Amino acid sequence: MKYLYVAATPEVEREALAAVMERVATEFGGPVRGMELGNLDFAYDAGRRQYASIPVLEQLLQRFPQDASKLLAVTERDLYIPVLTFVFGQAQLGGRVGIVSFARLRQEFYGLAPDREVFLERSYKEALHETGHLFGLIHCPEGECAMSLSTTVRQIDSKHNAFCAACTAKLRRHMGVPA
Amino acid sequence: MKTHWQILVVDDEEVMCESLAAWLREDGYVVDTARSGREAVEKARERDYAIYFVDLKMPGGMDGIETMMQVRHLHPDASIIIITAYATVDTAITAMKEGAQEYIVKPCNPEEISLLVNRIIKVKNLQRENTILRKKLTRQYCVHDVVSKNPRMQEIMALCEEIASLRSTVLIQGESGTGKELVARAIHNAGDRASKPFVAVSCAALAETLLESELFGHEKGSFTGANHQKQGKFEMADGGTIFLDEIGDISPKLQVDLLRVLQDRSFYRVGGSEEVRVDVRVVAATHVNLRQAVAEARFRDDLFYRLNVIEIRIPPLRARREDIPLLANHFIEQLSHELGKEISEVSEDALRLLMDHEWPGNVRELENAMERAMVTCRGAILTAADFSFLAQAAPSPQSWAIPPGMTIEQMERLLIATTIERAQGNIKEAATTLGIDRSTLYEKIKKYEIPR
Repeated sequence: MKYLYVAATPEVEREALAAVMERVATEFGGPVRGMELGNLDFAYDAGRRQYASIPVLEQLLQRFPQDASKLLAVTERDLYIPVLTFVFGQAQLGGRVGIVSFARLRQEFYGLAPDREVFLERSYKEALHETGHLFGLIHCPEGECAMSLSTTVRQIDSKHNAFCAACTAKLRRHMGVPA
Repeated sequence: MKTHWQILVVDDEEVMCESLAAWLREDGYVVDTARSGREAVEKARERDYAIYFVDLKMPGGMDGIETMMQVRHLHPDASIIIITAYATVDTAITAMKEGAQEYIVKPCNPEEISLLVNRIIKVKNLQRENTILRKKLTRQYCVHDVVSKNPRMQEIMALCEEIASLRSTVLIQGESGTGKELVARAIHNAGDRASKPFVAVSCAALAETLLESELFGHEKGSFTGANHQKQGKFEMADGGTIFLDEIGDISPKLQVDLLRVLQDRSFYRVGGSEEVRVDVRVVAATHVNLRQAVAEARFRDDLFYRLNVIEIRIPPLRARREDIPLLANHFIEQLSHELGKEISEVSEDALRLLMDHEWPGNVRELENAMERAMVTCRGAILTAADFSFLAQAAPSPQSWAIPPGMTIEQMERLLIATTIERAQGNIKEAATTLGIDRSTLYEKIKKYEIPR
């Protein structure tokens, strides 16, 4: 039996983690297991004051549990890849590991008052999005689908917390579930 | 639509190269990477990428600008985006001068890259679509593809090839449905102007003032409703061919204007004072006898001689019946695909019926008849029963009596009025039944003052 793992860095709020795990379990229809990660200091770039996502993915591959099908990490740290100013998350397309950053999903990041509901809704969407990539889904042209590309929180807010029919069908195929 | 486009990311830093490649792959693109300018040029030699992301500073004697120049030498239309961490105005100007499509400073905003890639791919898709459509169009109207074994038609097609690269004006005469526009397009596509626009105008479909503005364009405010300057068909056809269908129907004023264009290759937009010069080949067509129109002073003789430099007369289908089986098979092949029907041939009895029919609407009528029969046909072979509507549409002369003293014009008027009535005023349907095009029908309605 293989499990979908959701791992968290120490600073992640446990209640939010539990909510994301539940949402992922519902959408992907399998048992989801939790996992504790250490801090991401090794990936910190003092010049950018951000965390490089690539070394984090490399570490996740090293810590990949034997009974895992996929491993999605969540962190409060702001992530980047060298060519971009930031990423909401990153995943190996059709691979084993991915990560979502909660940092820019919070209203506080933009100088606004905290809004837990908005934050959780964005977290669900990004967790589904990166897990979708792990199952081989590419960006969807349907703007409301969780797999549509979001480069701003405004775009995240305008999409649904679910996959469109076409992506659902592709997902089932990729997961080997009969249509 | 995006998966077939390939992108090449060129950067000597592996992490830079692979992270951008991975990010673009999530968007569905096939992404290759190269770790040096030399490797990038080698890869560009093997295939043309839709977009090249090239780092400006790379070691090994070939920097981003040099890489870009070599790639552009192989693929002049390549879309190259130069990426740099050290932006200066000088490097940006050099990159753009050497042909970079964009210049971005890393790290850049994800939205910026996403919009940039989408914009380039959108243009690439449109360019590809345009190329495919142009090829299709050229194939559709190629001299060698005209279906005929009739000696007169073969002479016409040979003439089309001979005159294709000249600028001389051509006058095509023939009944409705004989394929005048097809011949005009074949001339255009066989000549030096093939890559330039072919613009067709039906002169019978528009009123005089509208046609004038349609042909020559108008200036803003030149008449009520002229809210902005508009290019006319002559300007649109610059470098190519303008096809003036139903030229026999234009007003005396427009005849003068047209004569001036043919003489000087220049004109004024409606309401304009600036002379517009164009290089346009004029191919005109008419179903009326222009010589007779000249004799009756309905058409200017000087314009007629300007138009009639090269004259092509297309015979009606009834004068080349040997083409009917060929055309029938050609339409089966073409329409089977379009209609999604597996029809292989026309039976002997059906062919006899087609050969005996008079085809007043010529090839267009035959095409419509084939389509109608194929839509209702239930088997793989078209039988005479599938063409039963032909007998209904054209009753034998014995089945009805012609009133004594009836003229051809009276008969035509009666036929048109009855057909429009049966079609409950639907002009498109009436034109199809009559086997003529809509512009011809409108012109006849006007001529006979038939109420609609």
